[in-house]
Amino acid sequence: MNARLRWRKLVSNFMLTMTGVCAFVSVAVLFFILGYLLFNGGTSINWAFFTQLPKPVGEVGGGMANAIVGSAKLLLAASLLGVPIGFLGGIYLAEFSGATVASVVRYAADLLNGVPSIVIGIFAYAIVVQPFKHFSTLAGAFALGLMMIPITLRSTEEFLNGVPRMLREGAMALGASKWKTISTVIVPAAYRGILTAILLALARVAGETAPLLFTAFGNRFWSQGWAQPTASLPVMIFTYAVSPYEDWHRQAWAAGLVLLGLILIINILARTILSRGIAVPRS
Amino acid sequence: MQSSPNPGLSVNVAATATSGAREAIGSIPLRMKISKVNFYYGTKQILFDINMGIADKRVTALIGPSGCGKSTLLRTLNRMHETVTSSRLEGEILLDQQNILAQDVTLLRRRVGMVFQRPNPFPKSIFDNIAYGPRINGMKGPIAEIVEKSLRHAALWEEVKDHLQKSAYELSGGQQQRVCIARALAVEPEVLLLDEPCSALDPISTAKIEELLVELKSLTTIAIVTHNMQQAARVSDFTAFLLTGQMIEFNPTPQLFTTPSDPRTEAYITGRFG
Repeated sequence: MNARLRWRKLVSNFMLTMTGVCAFVSVAVLFFILGYLLFNGGTSINWAFFTQLPKPVGEVGGGMANAIVGSAKLLLAASLLGVPIGFLGGIYLAEFSGATVASVVRYAADLLNGVPSIVIGIFAYAIVVQPFKHFSTLAGAFALGLMMIPITLRSTEEFLNGVPRMLREGAMALGASKWKTISTVIVPAAYRGILTAILLALARVAGETAPLLFTAFGNRFWSQGWAQPTASLPVMIFTYAVSPYEDWHRQAWAAGLVLLGLILIINILARTILSRGIAVPRS
Repeated sequence: MQSSPNPGLSVNVAATATSGAREAIGSIPLRMKISKVNFYYGTKQILFDINMGIADKRVTALIGPSGCGKSTLLRTLNRMHETVTSSRLEGEILLDQQNILAQDVTLLRRRVGMVFQRPNPFPKSIFDNIAYGPRINGMKGPIAEIVEKSLRHAALWEEVKDHLQKSAYELSGGQQQRVCIARALAVEPEVLLLDEPCSALDPISTAKIEELLVELKSLTTIAIVTHNMQQAARVSDFTAFLLTGQMIEFNPTPQLFTTPSDPRTEAYITGRFG
């Protein structure tokens, strides 16, 4: 009896330790990466990094201004494609569709979410790059936008379904039509959650490299426009990291640091939005 | 007691309210008339051949044990039952002699407002909650005045007038429920339906709302569902007693509670079941 009790306590303590260690490891990975990036790339981050174009091979210095602007343009155009489609589709899914349609759309969205990003890239290459006969910012944005659709769609649906039924009834009892109810009560009640999800989707695609390799391609200079190839931070990291030059390696680390910082800022922004304003009670 | 009906009202209403253009219970005209209503969820029948009237500018209470169909009956009066897709309604419900089932549902709900069991203010400011109905219905006139008038009618103005821009969720449960009443009153409904409006409230808030209902009679016609018999006795002029989806008795409140005409009513109000 006593031995049995001791054994139980041993198992309990062992499992407690294991779960604690694993939790610590998951957090530690992030801080290790952050620290490593700071150590290797921190020295290369200076004013020039944000304002100057890459220097030709052999010259030390220069920056990645074109890649930073390029990434911003890609994300903006991707949002213009992915957010409206995902958002309105999510509204349809949560508010209008029957059970059968909803489950089909939901399943398809989950599958789309699981399509490897390199495949999305090939698809964008075939659909946009080949017909126009050159790489472009828009092609890259198209690929990233596609990736944003399922994330936005599913989270919009989820947050709309989380709005208590009694709020809907309250609006309808005042003579609001279905669309009025959705647009004036349901969506406002859920918008902070939806906005957060959109920001997280943005953060997720911000670091995608594969879909950009043969869509937005890359550019050592300022992009000449939306229909022209552009540099972007992830592709720049890739190109610089595989190069044989010591200075480029340092810059790749710096670019990684900037990209991670960007994603961190978006995440913090998302959390701030979620925690402010009038909270909706759970149903 | 302010809520007691006219002394001459001792007729059995279910028998009186039959047909004709100017129907009345005693001397009080009917605002709504429910005839031969049968109601189903899927294949399950909830209401059986219900006949009753809602007297103009009076409070009509629906009482009965849980699951007797009283809330369902109330929800048919502004067609809120249609939010459940498997529901089916047979029979006729008239509002001012017109069949509500043939009307545009949003217009109907503007005329027949509803307050729910649990306070359900929108996640907006107090002001925007009250202004919601007038805004979506494109009502004329300055919104601020409508808001003030509605809050006064709901006996809430003095408590909230200095912080109309605060979230409605910062108010107490009783105040939230009065926000919901004010919100419903803001579109000037002809009939106000209340579905157990005090069941989530403390006794003091409940007393306030009961007091309010008696005052609101001058403004609108009220139908209230309650599981609380004392509440029905306190606030209503007419009471309908339902049991397993059937209308057992519908009479002026004093009569139903003092000399019930059906033994089942007597059994229920004396607390032998339910």
